[in-house]
Amino acid sequence: MRVDEGEPKMAYSDKLIEHFNNPRNLGSMDKESEQVGTGIVGAPECGDVMKLQIKVEGDKIVDAKFKTFGCGSAIASSSLATEWVKGRTLDEAYAIKNTEIVEELALPPVKIHCSVLAEEAIKSAIEDFQSKKNAAAQG
Amino acid sequence: MSIANEQPFRTPVYFDNSSTTRCDPRVLEEMLPYFSESYGNAHSRSHAYGWGAEKAVDLARERVAALVGSKPSEIIFTSGGTESCNLAIFGAARMYAEKGKHIVTTAVEHRSCMDPCRALEREGFEVTYLPVDQKGLVTPEAIAAAIREDTILVSVIFGNNEVGTLMPAKEIGAVCKDKGVIFHLDACLGLDTEPVHVDDYGIDLLSMSGHKMYGPQGTGALYVRRRRPRVRLRALSLGGGQERGFRHGTLNVPGIVGMGKAAELCLESRDAEKVRLTALATRMKDAFFAAMDHIYLNGHPTQRLPGLLNISFNYVEGESLMMGMSTVAVSSGSACTSATLEPSHVMRALGVGEELVHTSIRFSLGRFTTEEEVDFAVKECLDAAGRLREMSPLYEMVKEGVDLSTIEWKHD
Repeated sequence: MRVDEGEPKMAYSDKLIEHFNNPRNLGSMDKESEQVGTGIVGAPECGDVMKLQIKVEGDKIVDAKFKTFGCGSAIASSSLATEWVKGRTLDEAYAIKNTEIVEELALPPVKIHCSVLAEEAIKSAIEDFQSKKNAAAQG
Repeated sequence: MSIANEQPFRTPVYFDNSSTTRCDPRVLEEMLPYFSESYGNAHSRSHAYGWGAEKAVDLARERVAALVGSKPSEIIFTSGGTESCNLAIFGAARMYAEKGKHIVTTAVEHRSCMDPCRALEREGFEVTYLPVDQKGLVTPEAIAAAIREDTILVSVIFGNNEVGTLMPAKEIGAVCKDKGVIFHLDACLGLDTEPVHVDDYGIDLLSMSGHKMYGPQGTGALYVRRRRPRVRLRALSLGGGQERGFRHGTLNVPGIVGMGKAAELCLESRDAEKVRLTALATRMKDAFFAAMDHIYLNGHPTQRLPGLLNISFNYVEGESLMMGMSTVAVSSGSACTSATLEPSHVMRALGVGEELVHTSIRFSLGRFTTEEEVDFAVKECLDAAGRLREMSPLYEMVKEGVDLSTIEWKHD
């Protein structure tokens, strides 16, 4: 293959590259809002930080946003995660497994940790929302 | 129609000359006959095919010798920089093991030098890995202080392949001469722009790579000093006695011819290329620094390979930045681009923070890089970095005035 033919690019699936080039639900929500749960996972020195936010009405996630510092698969994994949590109940979203993300994006083995991080981000955002709700109920 | 088609150059534009350089067309042209009509074995002494091949190898040897100021008989052809470095380090260590079993090297060597040193430790040698400063330099004084009674070899990289810092090879050579220790310089990068002369620099062993100086891949050379002192090596393989018994095996005649031509071209253009590459890289660096905040040049600001720029774009991870600028061919120090997920030992030795290692991009310019390509690459990179910073939660926090070092990160 000649380089100027340009494909295939890296070991990434078309779906992953599509998410990277057109990330869904990019942005931020007001983390002080009682309706919003925020999960921030990873660390700069590890090369991955994901911030995933959910907006909840009742027990349903009505909106989600993300910002990610990380490689292409980290960005794609978090983009996909926001797409998947929208419209689900908190319990349904909490049940999302990283392996589903691996499968959907065809992540290469060295990138599986990106999907783990995305799962943790979802759980962390839900837990943040619930602890806010519990604090409000007690206060 | 894509914009790329309107460019006066082909995309992706090539900014990875420290990985490999394009074989110069003049090199290729000189090599071609040795694949077809002139196919002799340089070791065949009984017929014209062999004599022709030997003559071609002799000329190449003269040309490589001229580049580094040695005698032709002191040049050993190898399969590349890795083999040259392995032969120099294993060969000298095993030959002089009875004299002593201590080696001095640095923490920023290429793996083709570092890993042989590690292997020698398992053979009972002791190795001192000298730390470098934040610019990637080791001082001649530190080398002198590390040399002991039983030190037999000092091995130092010349132009660093990751950050571009040029070691003070001449001063280190003087220390080694003074102490009577063999000095190996890994000069796989830098011979196309720096006037390295084996006598002026006090070099006993000098590793070279053909494909990093516009020659063919699979070619290299090792300079082995023959006089004052005569350096001997234990060969890595056994066979037909070629290359003074240091490197057995039928010579790669077309490759050697190419390496010779490449050396000749480097010698011709060396001083002018240094000026031209310095100007181009400065143009590139200045454009980045004028347009973007929170970016850092890694390595030494001035004492460096003129064509190599290693820049950290803070808050943007390196692999994603490379994906975002797919029209530019570069390398990254980010662990995410490597199979092992291990961040660079070189950047770590310089004390570059992990978060900046993850955000580093290496642009390496070369003989065929043009000003238009530089401007194009800068624009593509700035666009991608800007887009990714908008995606970066770290950049968002910094903009909000959060000090990232105060945050307790949630990770395993």
